[in-house]
Amino acid sequence: MTAPVVSASGLSLTFQTNDGPVNALSDVGLTIGKGEFVSFIGPSGCGKTTFLRVIADLERPTAGTILVNGLTPQQAREKRAYGYVFQAAALFPWRTIEKNVALPLEIMGISPAERQERVRRTLDLVNLSGFEKKYPWQLSGGMQQRASIARALAFDADLLLMDEPFGALDEIVRDHLNRQLLELWARTDKTICFVTHSIPEAVYLSTRIVVMSPRPGRVTDVIESTLPRERPLDIRETPEFLEIAHRVREGLRAGHSYED
Amino acid sequence: MRWFKPSWQPLLAVVLCIGAGILGPMSAPEAAALADPTATLPYPWLGSKGFIFDLIIVGAALSMMRIPPLAAAFVLFVCGHAAVWLLLSGITGFEGTALLPFYLAIAAAWLLAWRCVTILSELEMPAGPARTLVRLVIPAIFGAWLLIVWEAVVRGAGIPFILLPPPSAIGARIATSLPILAADVRQTIFKAVLFGYVVGCASGFAAAVLADRFVFLRRGLLPIGNMVSALPIIGVAPIMVMWFGFDWHSKAAVVIIMTFFPMLVNTVTGLAASGHMERDLMRTYASDYWQTLFKLRLPAAAPFIFNALKINSTLALIGAIVAEFFGTPVVGMGFRISTEVGRMNIDMVWAEIAVAALAGSLFYGVVALIERAATFWHPSVRGG
Repeated sequence: MTAPVVSASGLSLTFQTNDGPVNALSDVGLTIGKGEFVSFIGPSGCGKTTFLRVIADLERPTAGTILVNGLTPQQAREKRAYGYVFQAAALFPWRTIEKNVALPLEIMGISPAERQERVRRTLDLVNLSGFEKKYPWQLSGGMQQRASIARALAFDADLLLMDEPFGALDEIVRDHLNRQLLELWARTDKTICFVTHSIPEAVYLSTRIVVMSPRPGRVTDVIESTLPRERPLDIRETPEFLEIAHRVREGLRAGHSYED
Repeated sequence: MRWFKPSWQPLLAVVLCIGAGILGPMSAPEAAALADPTATLPYPWLGSKGFIFDLIIVGAALSMMRIPPLAAAFVLFVCGHAAVWLLLSGITGFEGTALLPFYLAIAAAWLLAWRCVTILSELEMPAGPARTLVRLVIPAIFGAWLLIVWEAVVRGAGIPFILLPPPSAIGARIATSLPILAADVRQTIFKAVLFGYVVGCASGFAAAVLADRFVFLRRGLLPIGNMVSALPIIGVAPIMVMWFGFDWHSKAAVVIIMTFFPMLVNTVTGLAASGHMERDLMRTYASDYWQTLFKLRLPAAAPFIFNALKINSTLALIGAIVAEFFGTPVVGMGFRISTEVGRMNIDMVWAEIAVAALAGSLFYGVVALIERAATFWHPSVRGG
């Protein structure tokens, strides 16, 4: 077995707020191997986004250890070890789609010729060829989010962190993007950490589902998916799929996620 | 009534004409001539009075026929302006003698122009040079009528020249004083305003970036900047004249001080305008301070910076002109205004004001055009 991409143990994070301390994460331990597709699911406030932000060095844990590619999150961030996709596309409106995707490459000092080649390749990967010269506000929400995924892929990091990337999109577009994301994952062999609050989405996409619960944010269950890697959309009506979804729901219930 | 579509402005214009006809003489000399038919007194509109009313009534009637809107607008334009031209030229030599029917006739002609502008602004036109022309003609007619009404009231009521000269006199003064006006513009705008504006805006911008970079400047300078930007800075003009002498340098100094703080305050606000998500994004790329500044925060601040540039374009002009009241060489717009008002040459004062208004609008317009080109992506520019 190769070295884990993410390994966390005893991870805790307490935010100091005006209403007193909030335990966003409490004693979280998790190891993510290369090539896995791990979903984090749970109600709001369960710390799933916070955990992703800790991996990305956007938050600092108050206790415990976490290593990303064997490095501290800060070192990993400085080595550009991951691409991060936010809840909103967060494309810069003054840049064309092409220039938005090229943004990380510019910052990393990659030559213009190489930049152009990589932008072309990643836009092709998310099926946005032909929209290079458009501005973000000229595209639909789904296309904007695809462009932001292309931007995260452009510099070819092995780890992709996605924070509810399809949360603001309608179900039809979401299905479509889920399928495209799986195809992309199969083609690129990246490790993906995916935060969601949709049970079908988590089951459909993941090789492993991490169920979390709030107050304090902690992991209540980790479910290995038995679904094959090749997943057509109608796999969601198979008994196997429904069985896994049921286990996720059970995990959420065990974490008191359905209580007020 | 398929050939007739009434609208209230032409109808009211006709009513006003009839009212003017019933009231009788349009000026005091005409009333005197009517009272004493044996004497041959000259009076205004001796031969043209009927023609003026005919113009207005015929124009109003034609415009309400079912003819193409452009034709109606053209008829209204020609009749309204021909009538008012006859009215204004007829009163020459009889200033201050106008009676109520004169103003009624002016109002009737005005209503025709009003209807003309209404038709033009409701016109559905495909984009192109024709539409651009119409879009320019509408405010031109509008502005022209402000001057026409001013002219009519000043000359009709015989308002003393010292209080308010008619626009025609101001226009004539501009035409005969072009070299003086050009010299004043060169002194005030091309030296004091431009230099002060560029230096003031640039240094305000630089100070804002420094204040953003260094916490002690942000905490220390910004509250003072906010306070100073609320002060009436023009009060320092006499001090600047003492420091930097009578020539344009002291005026440029006033302009620099006036434009510095709006730019500082706006740029600092703008630098805080980029979203959390975008800044987190730059952090995930391990982008350094300057990269984040140039690729995210300055573009996001552009609408605020342009706002300051627009505010400053008017402030700079005010600053330079008022600063010249406190001592200049014998050239400059502020100098001209303050000395000519003392010599009762009010038309020259108005000529300078007109030139200043024109220069200020041009200045503002150029900045606004650059803004549209530079912040094309902003919702306020791209429209939604």
